[in-house]
Amino acid sequence: MNDLRDLYQEVVIDHGRKPRNFRALEPHSHEAKGFNPLCGDQIALYLQIENDVIQDIGFTGSGCAISMAAASLMTESLKGKTISEAEKLFDAYHGMLTNQENLPDTERLGKLAVLSGVREYPTRVKCATLAGHTLKAALSNSEKPVTTE
Amino acid sequence: MSAVTSQTLQPPLDVARIRADFPILHQEIYGKPLVYLDNGATTQKPQSVIDAVSHYYAADNSNVHRGVHALSERATADYEGARAKVRDFIHAASEREIVFTRGTTEAINLVAHSYLGPRLQAGDEILISHMEHHSNIVPWQLLCERSGAELKVVPISDAGEIVYEEFERLLSPERTKLVAVGHVSNALGTINPIEQIIRAAHAHDIPVLIDGAQAVAHLPVDVQALGADFYAFSGHKLFGPTGIGVLYAREALLDVMPPYQGGGDMIRTVSFSGSTWNELPYKFEAGTPNIAGAVGLGAAIDYVNSLDLALVQAYEHDLLDYATQQVSAIGDIRLVGTAQRKAGILSFVMENAHPHDIGTIVDHEGVAIRAGHHCAMPVMERFGVPATARASLACYNTRDDIDALVRALQRVHELFG
Ligand SMILES: Cc1ncc(COP(=O)(O)O)c(C=O)c1O
Repeated sequence: MNDLRDLYQEVVIDHGRKPRNFRALEPHSHEAKGFNPLCGDQIALYLQIENDVIQDIGFTGSGCAISMAAASLMTESLKGKTISEAEKLFDAYHGMLTNQENLPDTERLGKLAVLSGVREYPTRVKCATLAGHTLKAALSNSEKPVTTE
Repeated sequence: MSAVTSQTLQPPLDVARIRADFPILHQEIYGKPLVYLDNGATTQKPQSVIDAVSHYYAADNSNVHRGVHALSERATADYEGARAKVRDFIHAASEREIVFTRGTTEAINLVAHSYLGPRLQAGDEILISHMEHHSNIVPWQLLCERSGAELKVVPISDAGEIVYEEFERLLSPERTKLVAVGHVSNALGTINPIEQIIRAAHAHDIPVLIDGAQAVAHLPVDVQALGADFYAFSGHKLFGPTGIGVLYAREALLDVMPPYQGGGDMIRTVSFSGSTWNELPYKFEAGTPNIAGAVGLGAAIDYVNSLDLALVQAYEHDLLDYATQQVSAIGDIRLVGTAQRKAGILSFVMENAHPHDIGTIVDHEGVAIRAGHHCAMPVMERFGVPATARASLACYNTRDDIDALVRALQRVHELFG
């Protein structure tokens, strides 16, 4: 039997309650909106990218602890990264949540590894990946809001 | 909440016996006994319904209204027998007024397509309330887009009740072509004053559609006493199977409505110079229907009749009062929907925990509730919340179930406190 504490680790609850980088970034070079129609979670993500490096990042929105913590931890992990590093991080993170076999690559994932418990809860994976999908959209400067459906 | 009428210590319903009739209830989730409080989404099925569906396929299966052989006659008798049970159950005048559909959604779409669609013109209005399920909003929006008519929405109060004076103000003798309201709100639990609404609309000859999806398992319904022109409900929220539902409509209205879908069964004659329609209600049942579903619905109605819905209503009222007290006492909880007259639904939000997190955590304690917008996004907007957690009751729920919910919510408190 899996324990709820594996899902709701202290760090997750802390970031869910007090998300970091929680602001609309001005100025910004990239932005995107994400929406999970199933539960109403929504975020707007803003990035300031200069010379291929994420100089600053912020987000606003509302949602469950998992989606807010994921967005908060992701923004912390991305600051100072190049775009290709950011994309690699997204792939590793996505792999952690959707691939049941492999153990999470904690080295690559850093802080985001605390969300590995989510993979035991298929209905919650969308909450944890909303910020990641929104990041992808922002990096491709997509005009269309992404949804998890 | 109105005062509890029964001070009885013993429930007037034999709930232990009822629980024994529902095999699914007797299982563990994460090592805890299942507590099923998501009856608003769908109810569980008693053994008699499961057996009826299974018996139909094992013994009687055939197509209806076609064969001359024995099985077809039996299948037809089963299917039409279910229609007669529905007629009795909601006290319709005739079986011709009972149209089988896939559910509430299809029943409402049928009315939009075949009744209102052909009549609606630019400048006309359809009147609904702010607490409707999406299935009682979107079909009307689609019609309005096509015709240039306007959808008017009666506001609701902070308690989640229709603001009746606003209803009267928005009801236009010239422009309103249909009033469509829920009997019981799935997001708030409010029992709407549909008798009063129907009387007011009829004073101007405006027909009324009632969405009865959340009502039929919880209170007695008499469509003739109500005077409803259309009454829609789903079998699966009444202890029956999914994929079967009912549109009740007054015969005079059905008579003048064109068919909904074309195909087999709904015609009398077909030729390339034109076709003629079958009699009621078959005109509205194109194609092979959900025969096993209807049989299951018939068995579900037999089951409910064996309980007495008036007793069920009193029992659930008492249980809802208990749940309301116990859940409110947790603190940090805001109830969404505190109408005077309510049925079986407790929607709430917690200060520190999002409904989605609440749902996951209480599930871990074996308690099934729903978290989300409950297909009523305008209600969420009205109360300024993205979603709510919702416990919804049925006659097999007990105070023990409520206590389990409260313990599970305390666990939410511990984690998110
Ligand atoms: C009030 C109300 N109306 C309509 C519906 C739609 O019912 P169905 O999905 O069975 O067609 C529901 C079901 O959630 C409901 O609660």
